[in-house]
Amino acid sequence: MATRLKPVDAVTIGVGLTGSLAALEIAQAGLTVVGLERGAARYTVPDFQSPPIHDELRFAVRKGLMQDNVKEAVTFRNYSDQTALPIRRWASFLPGTGLGGSFVHWNGQSFRFQEADFGYRSHILQRYGQKFLDACGPELTIQDWGVTYAELEPHYDRFEYLLGVCGTAGNIQGKIQPGGNPFEAPRAREYPNPPMKETYFGAIFRKGAGSLGYHPYPQPSSNLSRPYTNPLGLKLQQCVFCGFCERFACEHFAKASPQTTILPVLLKNPNYELRTNCQVLRINLDSTRKKATGVTYVDDAGREFEQPAELVLVTAFPLNNVRMLLLSGIGKPYDPRTGEGVVGRNYCYQTTGGATVFMDENININPFMSSGAPGTMIDDFSGDNFDHSKLGFIGGQYVGSIMTGARPIEFHPTPPGTPAWGQEWKRAVARHYNHTILIQQHGTSTASRLNYLDLDPTYKDAWGQPLLRMTFDFPENDIRMSQHVADKVVDIGRAMGGKIVVRGGTKRPYNTTIYQSTHNAGGAIMGSNPRTSVVNRYLQCWDVPNVFSLGASAFPQNATYNYTVTIGALTYWALEAIKNRYLKAPGPLVQA
Amino acid sequence: MSEISRRSILKAGALGAVTILGGAASSRAGAPASTPRAPLFFTAEEAAFIDAAVARLIPADEQWGGAREAGVANYVDLQLAGAWGAGERLYRSGPWVPGTASQGYQLPFTPAELFRKALGAINKELAATPFAKMSAAKQDAYLRHLETSSTDLGGVPSDVFFMHLWELTVEGFFSDPVYGGNRDMLGWRMVGFPGAYASYYELVDQHGVKFDRPPMSLAEDANRHVHMDPNIPAYLLTPSK
Repeated sequence: MATRLKPVDAVTIGVGLTGSLAALEIAQAGLTVVGLERGAARYTVPDFQSPPIHDELRFAVRKGLMQDNVKEAVTFRNYSDQTALPIRRWASFLPGTGLGGSFVHWNGQSFRFQEADFGYRSHILQRYGQKFLDACGPELTIQDWGVTYAELEPHYDRFEYLLGVCGTAGNIQGKIQPGGNPFEAPRAREYPNPPMKETYFGAIFRKGAGSLGYHPYPQPSSNLSRPYTNPLGLKLQQCVFCGFCERFACEHFAKASPQTTILPVLLKNPNYELRTNCQVLRINLDSTRKKATGVTYVDDAGREFEQPAELVLVTAFPLNNVRMLLLSGIGKPYDPRTGEGVVGRNYCYQTTGGATVFMDENININPFMSSGAPGTMIDDFSGDNFDHSKLGFIGGQYVGSIMTGARPIEFHPTPPGTPAWGQEWKRAVARHYNHTILIQQHGTSTASRLNYLDLDPTYKDAWGQPLLRMTFDFPENDIRMSQHVADKVVDIGRAMGGKIVVRGGTKRPYNTTIYQSTHNAGGAIMGSNPRTSVVNRYLQCWDVPNVFSLGASAFPQNATYNYTVTIGALTYWALEAIKNRYLKAPGPLVQA
Repeated sequence: MSEISRRSILKAGALGAVTILGGAASSRAGAPASTPRAPLFFTAEEAAFIDAAVARLIPADEQWGGAREAGVANYVDLQLAGAWGAGERLYRSGPWVPGTASQGYQLPFTPAELFRKALGAINKELAATPFAKMSAAKQDAYLRHLETSSTDLGGVPSDVFFMHLWELTVEGFFSDPVYGGNRDMLGWRMVGFPGAYASYYELVDQHGVKFDRPPMSLAEDANRHVHMDPNIPAYLLTPSK
């Protein structure tokens, strides 16, 4: 029997990036907020300190900061005629758990999306026409977001200043800037901090890509290039390039995270209460099914509670947002046979891969001297920055030399033809470890009617609830895109002086046993039509207007870039509407 | 790729005692590596196979010791005896259905169970001439047979067992010495990885610099520093209300 708790104004399901950011906005507006986090409380001191944090085995290999598969997994299949089976250990993507969520173990790669990404379908149709899009794949279900880049720009700006993003602007109010990315969408002003020091692999890439006429620029980073005090008065320190960033928490206060940029202020706000180790089972609805009354959760001692709330913010990892809506019966589940229904529709990922460039042995790359978002890159093949009319696909990838620490259990490259073990393998590892550069391709994931999320009919979590079921393979369009870029990357690798360049590029089927990206997106998408979206342009559920579903689950398809900064901007955008409009007159912000 | 790099030779010259010392204690590694220790997980028969197998997977040569010298068998034993062996972070509910390659591991065995099953079958099959008594060439051929076939080893396909053995071997060769492998930081010194040292702000833009500071283990983090900046109010206890 659930214990009924004292009602509050708002509750967040998850306390990561969106959960902490949204809670701060609402608490500062004078409302009482409870943050429910399924994992443990954790802070830079003492939880992220050395020596234990610099442990590749525990954190990078054994995934010490990630969602515990023993309790909660995801089932997976490539196609809907297969039986989905549990991903018994994470590999392809790594959802975090614990206070701060995945925003603790992220790398700090801090991009904005481009103007064309938001009106994506309209843009593609206008530039190439319906016939072209149909030829790219009749199964593609790309959509407009229902919000424009211009509307998000002030929120991007605000979020970047919260994090202290380091970079060189490429386009300030339409004026192209030297040293930046000439393809970027116009920004109101310069980044809050200058770019990080350039690594050697970044410098070699800059020279190689530049010699081919491309436009190299420093990767925008939320690993700080200098000490910084954010608008909340919180201090960040300079990144020391320790090489333990991706999959790790930062011991140095040098990576933007909820712990460094939001929580110290939020936790002092008397309107806010954090409750950790609380697993939310469902959002409760009243008899009309059009109003949420709060949530039911279980604490770590197994006690069940009902937390009444006027406003419910779904702020978990994107996959778990979709699962929460499905478990709660909010929105009609997507049916791939009819194309009807919305929850789970347009699940997207990220199309990654890249080349391995083996250099001369007198070139010491020192790839362990690195941060989470180091290196140099080009946007010449990102999004729609190049003419696709003769290429037969839409979308693109950024290309860059980004190496995040070269920890040797996972990084020990050998050239093609090297045996998989034994003497020759060992000698090749010793020869190439410090003389190899990785070039990353990272790009769009095009929505398809064949890819979706729903509840698994067989497998359950530790609380007896159905696991989320993922049905996904890369659309042929995205394979063609990735292979096209892979050819260009080989040329760059050669221009960098590579003795051997191993071509990258994505192949089918999608394989969950190889790490690719933690940018799971879509499934509870935003839009202007309730028949093709779960939430409106303010991330408010069409069917239950006092529930907002925040985060990358709202993306109708995924764009070229690492998505964290866009999640932050979209959260500020939604919260502005909640604070200025919804709280004054609760109800639908857009009429269906 | 059999050429021996000049750098490796130089390193071997400077630190050539590694292979001679073998498993002797190292004051730098922080752990008393030579202390005799009974296996916690493996039987004597199982331990003999693992010790001989890892010595072929990453063999010693004239420059660098291999997995045996790095204490990899010790690492594997400790891993299988502990939480990892028992299925830590492994979703373990059925039904158990064979899947596709893209769905990943779907056997009901924990790592400890998987090794016990497979090693039992292997040692039974090789009862006449145990693996450890074979010539190096025959050992390699047998390992290749495990790697490239799906021979049933008590319910474990041999290629699945081989992959588990290989992954643990690489981990034991390159993980921090606190886990009982990578003795004397042999794996790290071989490739030039500095370990937990982890602060390169002044070096990162000295492109191509030869970094030859000896690696550092978690156990000997000399800094032992904790960031305590009174102006950074990042450590807050959960408010009690």
